[in-house]
Formats: sequence, C-alpha cells, structure tokens
Amino acid sequence: MTVITDALCPFCGCTCDDITVVVEDNKIMEVKNACKIGVAKIKGHHRIKAPMMRTDKKGEFKEVSYDEAIEAASKILAGSTRPLLYGWASALCEVHKKGILLAEELGAIIDNTATVCHAPSTLAVHEKGLPSATLGQVKNRADLVVFWGSNPVHAHPRHMGRYSVFAKGFFNEKGRRGRKVIVVDVRKTDTAAMADEYIQLQQGSDYLVISALRAILAGQAAVVPDVVGGVPKEQLVKLVDTLKAAKFGAVFFGMGLTQSISRYKNIDNAISLITELNAFTKYVITPMRGHYNVTGFGNVCAWETGYGTAVDFARGAPYYNPGETAANDVLLRKETDAAMIIAGDAGAHFPADSVRQLARIPVIQIDPYWNPTTEVANVVIPVAICGVEVEGTAYRMDGVSLRYRKMIEPTHPTDVEILEKITERVRKIRGD
Amino acid sequence: MELLIKNGAVYDPKNGIKGDKTDISIKDGKIVKSVSSSAKIIDAGGRLVMAGGVDGHSHIAGAKVNVGRLMRPEDTRIGIKPRTKITRPQTGYTVPNVYAMGYRYAQMGYTTVFEAAQAIMKARHTHEELEEIPIIDKGALTLFGSNWPTMDFVREKDMDKLAAYVAWGLLASRGYGVKVVNPGGGEMWGYGKNVTGLDDVVPSFDVTPREIIVSLMKANEMLGLPHSVHLHCNNLGKPGNYKTTLASMELANQVKASKDRQVLHVTHATFNAWGGTNWGDFESKADEIANYVNNCDNVTIDMGQLIWGSATTMTADGPVQYANAKLLHAKWGNGDVELEDASGVVPIFYVKQISVHAIMWAIGLELALLTKDPYKVLLTTDHPNGGPFVNYPEVIALLMSNKKRQEEIKTVHEAVHKRTKIPGIDRELDFNDIAIMTRTGSAKVLGLLDTKGHLGVGADADIAIYDIKPDQIDPSVEHAKVKSAFQSAAYTIKGGEVVVKDGQITATPVGRTYWVDASVPQEHTDIMMKDIRHKFKNYYSIGLANYMVQDAYVTHPKVVKAGISAGVN
Repeated sequence: MTVITDALCPFCGCTCDDITVVVEDNKIMEVKNACKIGVAKIKGHHRIKAPMMRTDKKGEFKEVSYDEAIEAASKILAGSTRPLLYGWASALCEVHKKGILLAEELGAIIDNTATVCHAPSTLAVHEKGLPSATLGQVKNRADLVVFWGSNPVHAHPRHMGRYSVFAKGFFNEKGRRGRKVIVVDVRKTDTAAMADEYIQLQQGSDYLVISALRAILAGQAAVVPDVVGGVPKEQLVKLVDTLKAAKFGAVFFGMGLTQSISRYKNIDNAISLITELNAFTKYVITPMRGHYNVTGFGNVCAWETGYGTAVDFARGAPYYNPGETAANDVLLRKETDAAMIIAGDAGAHFPADSVRQLARIPVIQIDPYWNPTTEVANVVIPVAICGVEVEGTAYRMDGVSLRYRKMIEPTHPTDVEILEKITERVRKIRGD
Repeated sequence: MELLIKNGAVYDPKNGIKGDKTDISIKDGKIVKSVSSSAKIIDAGGRLVMAGGVDGHSHIAGAKVNVGRLMRPEDTRIGIKPRTKITRPQTGYTVPNVYAMGYRYAQMGYTTVFEAAQAIMKARHTHEELEEIPIIDKGALTLFGSNWPTMDFVREKDMDKLAAYVAWGLLASRGYGVKVVNPGGGEMWGYGKNVTGLDDVVPSFDVTPREIIVSLMKANEMLGLPHSVHLHCNNLGKPGNYKTTLASMELANQVKASKDRQVLHVTHATFNAWGGTNWGDFESKADEIANYVNNCDNVTIDMGQLIWGSATTMTADGPVQYANAKLLHAKWGNGDVELEDASGVVPIFYVKQISVHAIMWAIGLELALLTKDPYKVLLTTDHPNGGPFVNYPEVIALLMSNKKRQEEIKTVHEAVHKRTKIPGIDRELDFNDIAIMTRTGSAKVLGLLDTKGHLGVGADADIAIYDIKPDQIDPSVEHAKVKSAFQSAAYTIKGGEVVVKDGQITATPVGRTYWVDASVPQEHTDIMMKDIRHKFKNYYSIGLANYMVQDAYVTHPKVVKAGISAGVN
C-alpha cells in the first residue's frame, strides 16, 4: 500500500494540491481531501478498454489494435483539407505542445473547450486587460467577495473553503466572519443561499446592471433608472457603497456572464468596473475556469502561437479570428471535413448543428472515457488519464502553474505517445 | 567538431583586441588555442567579429510576457512568419512567441539572454517558456524585494536567515540572481497603495525599502552570487524620481563586493532619471545619474532605451502599471502574486511629438553617452518596455553616429532641446565600446565573464560575424549600414555550431538555462524553513511540496555554484 500526499486533483480550475491518495496493487483505494467530483475523477469510471473503429457511424464499433487506430487516424487527418483539432482542457500542457505541433504539420485549426466557456472572457481581455491576482492574495486579504454568474458550491466545490470565503489568511484571521459575500445571479443558487447579499437579475440584464453600477460609481446616479434588470436603483446605490467600503474586493465570474446575452461585452464591462473601483480601493477579477487545465491550454497556445485559442494554421503561420476560426464557426459553416476531439467533449457541449456536422465527417476521438463524442466518432483511441496516470503541468484558474503527480501506472498509452505517433505518420503520408 | 574563423576584424575588449585580424579556433563548443588542419574554415574576410551578444535584462518568458500576448492579439499579428523546414512559426513584435524570441536574438548575433523578473511561485511558468526558446542560453532573475520572508528576516535583522532564504528561493525558482522591484511597493500594492521613497514603512512588516535593498545586497554578497542585486528603483515612472535613484545608488557604499563586479545594478535607468515635478515640467536628469556612476565603482546601469512606436510595458511594479493604464486609458493587466510581489502589463505607443516620450528617448542616449566607462552602462531597451529587442541595432547606430542623432532630433518634440542635453553631446562610440555594452560588459555585470562575452581560450564558442569591415566604414556617416549589419548577422555561432548564416536561421540547437545553486550552513536553512513552513501552512494557497520548480522544467541546466560554505567569499 502506498500513500501519496500533496497530489493534485484533475477536475476543476481550483487544481487543489492537497489531495491524499491511497494506492494498492495499482488501484486507487481511497481519496482524501478532494470534493465528491474530484474523488470520482481520480477513481475513474467507464474507461474505454481498447481502440475501436467503424466506417458507418450507425454501425457498431469493432475493437482494433493501437497501430491500426493510429494508422486510420493519421490517414483521416493527412487527407483532410480543413481539419479541426479540438478539446485539450482535460489534458496536461505536455499534450497541448504536441497538439499544436500536429496542427502546424496539418495546417489545421486548433481550438479548446474555452470556446463554449470562457473564450468570451479572452475577447474581453483583448479589449480591457485583466486586473487579477493569485487566489492566495484573495485568501489573505479579501474582505469582500462577489460571485457573479458563478456557482462554486456546485462547480468549484472547494473554492470557497480553500481560497475565497471560508479560508483564513494573514490579514483575515476570521475567515468567513471577516468577509462579506455577495452573489449576483438570475437564480437563487446554493451559493446565493449562503451569501450575505443576493442580487437577483432578470436574465440577460447583466450588462445593464454593470453599466448602472459604473454610472453610480462615476457619480452619475441621476441617469440610472429606478429599476435596472429587475434590481431597484436603491439596492444598486447601496451595493456601490458596499463595494467602495471594502479594503480588498475580489470578483469571480462564471458562465452566467460569459454565455448569456451580450457575452464578451459583459466581461468587458465588468473589467471596466473593476478597473474603475481601483481608483477607490483594491479590486481584482478572476474567471472561474472549468476544466482543471483549460487555463493551461490558453497559456501554452499563447506562448507557442501568440494567440490563446482558435488558431488557424491553414496559412502556415498562426491566424486568429474568433467568429471565423473557432471550432463552432468552421463546423457551422461545414468547412471542417475531419475532426480530432481530444480531452474534451464536443458531442455533449456543442450546439446541435455543430454536432450534426461532426456526425457527417470522419471523427477521431482520443479520450480515456466513453462520452457523447464517442457516439459520432469513427476512430476511438483510449489513453491514460492525465493527472492520475501521467504526470505533468497544469495551470490553475489564476495562472499558477503546478506539476501533477502520477498516482498509478497507466494501463493505456499516453496522449503524448499517441500524438507523437500520429504526427510522425502524418509527416510520412504527406511526404514531408 | 572543429571550426576556424579566419581573417576577422575582431573586437574582444576583455582580451584587449580592437579590430586586429585574429583567427579564432573552436573545438567542441569552446574557443581553443588552435585546431587541426581538418577544421572547417569560415573566412570572415575582414568583417567585424565579436563574441555572441549577452543581454542582462529582457522580458522574454513567463507570466507577464504571456499576459502581454493574451492581451495583445494586435501585437501578435505583427511579424508573422510561417514555419520552415527548420523553424517553427514566428509571431509578434513587442511580445513575440517563444520561437521568435530565440530566432530574432540569434539573427542579431545574440546568444545569451536573461529574463529580468520571475516570482518564485510563477517560476515554473517562466521555465516552461525558457525551455521552448530555441538556440540561446538563458536564465531568469528572481524577485525578492516584496517577499514576506524577505521582509520578516530584514525586520528581524537576521542575515543568516535572509541569505538562506535567498539561496533557497533561487533553488525553488531555478533563478540566477536577486531582482528587486520597487521594494516594499509590491506588498503595498496588495491593498492598492505604494511606497513613495526609501524610508516609507511597509505596514504589517515594519521595514523600509532602504532596509530591504541594503539587506538583500548584504545577503547577495554573503552568498557570493555571480550577479549583484538587480534593482528597479522605487518611484519609477514618476517625475523627480532621479533623487530616489541617486539615494538608492548610494546604498551600495554600505556593502562590500564579494567579487570583481558592482554591488548594485540599477536597471532601465531611462525610467528613473527623471527630473521635474509633473508631466509639464518633466526633464532629463540623466547627467546627474551618469555623473554619479562616473564617480563610483560599485554601481552599474543599463539604458532601457525608448524606441518609437509600439511597446508593451510589463513589470513587477504593480502600482506604476495601474498609473500607466489610467494615464494612457490603456488596457490593464494586473497579476499580484501572494506573499511575493505584484505585476502589471500595459501597452504603450511612443510618439516623437509627445514631449515626455521625446525626453525619455533622449535620456537613454544621454545615459550611454555621458557615462564614460562603457562597462558601467549596458545597452538594453528593457524589452519590451522601452521597445522590442529587435531594435538594438537602431540604438547601436544612434550611439555610433552623432549625425544620425542630429537628424533624429530634428524630427522629435522640441522639448529635447530645452530639457535634455542630447543635442549638445557629440560623443560617438566605437566598435569596442559597443562590444562592451552588448557583450563583455553585460557578461561582467552578470558574473559570466569566464565563459561569455569574450573570445579568449576557454570561452564558449558563441560568436557573431557582422557584414561590415571596420577599417572601411565610417559609422558616423554610414550609420544605416551599421544598423543593417547588426540586424542580420553574417554568421551567428552558438556553442561552436553555425545557427545563423546571412541572417537566416540554419540550425536550432537547444540552449542551456543558467541557475545558481548557493549553499548555506544547514542550520541556517533549518531555522529559515520553520518560517517558510508556517507561511505555507497558513498563507500560501499551494503546498510547499508543490512549490519548487522540478528538474523536468530545466532539462539543459548550467548550474553555477555559490554560497557561504562553498568558500566563495
């Protein structure tokens, strides 16, 4: 029996690094400190046992060897004129590097799960920057925390305990009692239920409410209507006073802001609000990133290509224009004639028309798990689980880079091994 | 593998060679006395030969740089080049991708570059990028100036613990030296505040910037680190800051150097040689700074030259970046790091007709031309704060040609006439001065002069050949030719391998990463670690076990030994 301490959890963007794992006979027997979802992720479930292929997507899969699957995948990609390499968020940075190299070789589009999550935040960062901080800065200093369109109780279960609400720090020895927690959401979530103040918005009115707060902050309360987005003006005026009175405020926003009406403009406006609040007191703003290493993909892609996501290599050099080069753009335009989905689940999370296009074209799936993407795949290559069976790098939601530990030996090849083989084979087929 | 460079007009200041025709023999990546007759020969044909360029201060890798990329797709779109059989794609101008970083430095004949600032907690990220920068040798300076352990040990006046922490922090970050940015200000920025001078007290820690700077210089010399403390002064970016800079430089007199180098390196002095009280009466005080440097032997500076056009400011000086963003109405990236430091990223565009920018442009040149000894003033642009490093050849041409400067002065805001001395300075640097400011001097300041920055036996075979013949050119007049030659080396040789020929990349070997392993008595480490463990248990948001940069991130290390028990003192 081996006990591994200080292990990292490969579930969400909190990347909790205090996990203890008990291993016996290369099996994970016990997981301590992780949240329920983290425990399930680390213990694993419903693995794909062997590579599978089928020509007719309505037909049954047939088990094949890894060599056969890699050969088929390489042929599909090498023969494609507009390949898409999508996913990446549940894989380590070492995998991302291999993926970007393959995209270069193929002249492919490479995009990650942020496209249906926080990519609008990236667009806002292009416009306004991002005044942020590491999560420990929040833990040590914050006396006011706002969750806007995010619900950590369910999506990031240990966020409040480790970093933002209950955590005790140097300047905040009282933890929860030393902090005011405000939740802004269209629904009274479980996070809202435990907040000091809950502000309920009408759906789609985030932009209006943020604009009203900015106007009040700028001393222009007179222009604000009596009710904005369902919120009485008095409540907004009081909220601005509360925000200004804090010594260190932290805003965490989620997909309630990025994927509702106005999308990136919501974030753009929120970042402006935070920047303006800094004229009065200290404020930071941080996106609640979902998958544990979606932030890592953005970072690797940025230092290798200059852009964080949705990079098109068709011209040989990186080209980026979300709205044109993101995964759903090329799928909805039916440009994509082959796709490789790796460490992300387009089948479950993409719009129906995008999934219909995936159902029409050859699809390669590289993943440890059977998921809705498998249902539209032709070639399925199961791999080892990053962060459990493979060590390597991931970036926490605040950009802190951490090294994941190997907990058990893999029973499948790693993503890196598969991608290296496909890249090598693609080069040969294309005669480079 | 043997190589012989014949008929070069060699400038090798360390070895007293000033343009003489000297052959250089190379074997197994090193410069040797002689090679066999089977050596491959490069005929330099009387062209200019120097050691590979060494850059002691450039922001090439890590969290700040990547935030710059993510904030600035408009910058990434500049300088795009598709991949070739040898090279990966290149993007960006002020914030190039990792590949462009390596290729562009090599194309200018540079072979060694140091990233100027990394927080320990984010050092893994720095090394991930350094690992992917091709060709050049590199390293990173580690931030210590607002770290809670630093301030605690300074307050306790416990130099043993402070030295042990610096040694441990360098190991944890695989860092090369001690970087101090707006000491105390990084902590103050945690609550949106700043220090305003050397004697402001940092609340909760009860220390002053003065005490932090002096204590870190002492710890640096106790450890006998190859490089000195590398200081970004307090009040940077504020008119009138030259007084703080002078007062900071005077602090070096309290500490004795442990090696043949400065005690204090004051970096990007363009940004802290400012007179006046506001943007209206803003003026150059470069003469005061240069005068101080001329009359002391324990302080060096680098220029941080301003380049017209687009730049991206990035620094651990969080408050100055907030001020910049407000002043410029620019997008603002901020990245406080718990218990360690702050940071900020703000784009800027330097305009000839803006008086402040014109004066700053002049300040950098004044600093270089008024400082008599080129070993004391290194050529930098504080990439990409003053401008991108690809503009070094422009700076070289400006320093070598008064004619070029005068032509340029005619095109910039008239304030340069009244509020700087640049119009009246007719000094023109020669190739020997330039070799010092771009390689020999930088290597000396960094403590690398045994193997870098010169062409003597035992040096690394890092060599640049430029397509100009020093005895047939008048740089004062033919400055355009000088600039063009330094932009695109005829040959760059890295570790004995030709990596650039006629300005084109020919090979992309993997460079090494320099870091310093400084030893201290175990009992000092043990006592110091009690405090560190307490901080991880209570204040850091990650565990101590996951903090230090692992070997996997430094795959080609060059470890420089230092320390107290190593008997370096």
